[in-house]
Amino acid sequence: MTAPAKTIPIQRAEPSRAFEFISTKKDELIGWARKFSLFPYPFVTACCAMEFMAVSSTPYDTDRFGAALPRFSPRQSDLLMVVGTVTHKQAPILLKVYEQMCEPKWVMAFGACATSGGFYQNYAALAGIDKIIPVDVYIPGCPPRPETVIDGIMQLQDRIARQRHPILTKEF
Amino acid sequence: MSDVLARVQGELAPMAQGASMSHGILVLPIARDSLVPVVRRLKSDFQFDLFLDVTAVDWPGEPLRFEVVHHFYSTRHFVRVRVKTRVAEQDPTVDSLVSLYDSARYMERECHDMYGIGFRGNPDLRPILLYEGFVGHPLRKDYPKQKEQPLVPYREGEK
Repeated sequence: MTAPAKTIPIQRAEPSRAFEFISTKKDELIGWARKFSLFPYPFVTACCAMEFMAVSSTPYDTDRFGAALPRFSPRQSDLLMVVGTVTHKQAPILLKVYEQMCEPKWVMAFGACATSGGFYQNYAALAGIDKIIPVDVYIPGCPPRPETVIDGIMQLQDRIARQRHPILTKEF
Repeated sequence: MSDVLARVQGELAPMAQGASMSHGILVLPIARDSLVPVVRRLKSDFQFDLFLDVTAVDWPGEPLRFEVVHHFYSTRHFVRVRVKTRVAEQDPTVDSLVSLYDSARYMERECHDMYGIGFRGNPDLRPILLYEGFVGHPLRKDYPKQKEQPLVPYREGEK
C-alpha cells in the first residue's frame, strides 16, 4: 500500500484589504502603457544606420525602453524612425509609409540629415523630413552618439506620457 | 610608362590630339568623330575590356563647353586609359558606346542626367538617378546651387 500523495490543500484566501484597486487617469494609464511598447519602423537610408545598429544591440540595448522590436510593416508600427538622408526622390516613399501607419504614431528624426538635411543643401536632398511629415523628436549628431539616441527615446516617452490618448471617441 | 600604354600611345596618337600621362593613366584627347573608332581599337587590339565610367566636365564660357570623359581598364594588362572628348553647348552629343560595352547603357544615362550630354545610339536615356519631371541638369555650372525640385508638397508653414 502506498501512502496517498500529499497535496497542498486549497484554501480560500482571506479577502485582502490592500491593493484592491488603484485609481489613475485614463490618459496616464494609456500613456504609461504606450510609452513602453514602442514598435519602431526603421526607415534607414544612410550611414546613421550603423549607429542605429549600435544603439539597438547589447551594450546600449533599446529593449530596456520597450523600443527594440522593429516592425518592417508600417501597419504594425507606431514609431517611424527616419535614420539618414532623405532625398527628394525618396520623399514620396517616406510620405506613403507615414500615411500607412495607424494612429497613434510618432516620428523620430534620427541624425542631422533627417533633422535638417545636414550638410546637404543641393538639388538632391530634402532639407529635413519635417518639411513633409510632422516630427515629434529630433536627435542631433552626425551620426548621433547612442547616448543621444537613448536620450531622444526617453524624451519621446515623456512626451507620450504627457499626451492625451483618445481611445473611444475624440473626447475620450 | 608601361609597354602597353607606350604601344597604345604610339598607335593611337594619329587619331588623338596629343597624349599625356596623368597619375599613371594615359590621357587621350580626341575629336568627337573618332571616339568610337578609338575605343574599338582599345577594346579589340589592347584588351581594354572593362568600361569604368563616363562623366563630363563643364567649362563655362569656353567654345567647346563640355568635356566628356571616358575611363577604360584592361584586366589583362592592369592599366587605365582616359579618353576626353570636347563637345559644344549647342550640340552636346557624342556617340554611344553601347555597341561595344553593355554597361555603357547605364553610365551614359547617369551622365545624361547630370550634364545633359546626349549619347547617339543609346536607346534608353530615361533618368536613372534623377526623377521624371526634373528640369535641368544639376551638375552643370549654371544650375543654381540650392535649387530644389521637390516631388512632395511641403507642409503648411514650411518653406
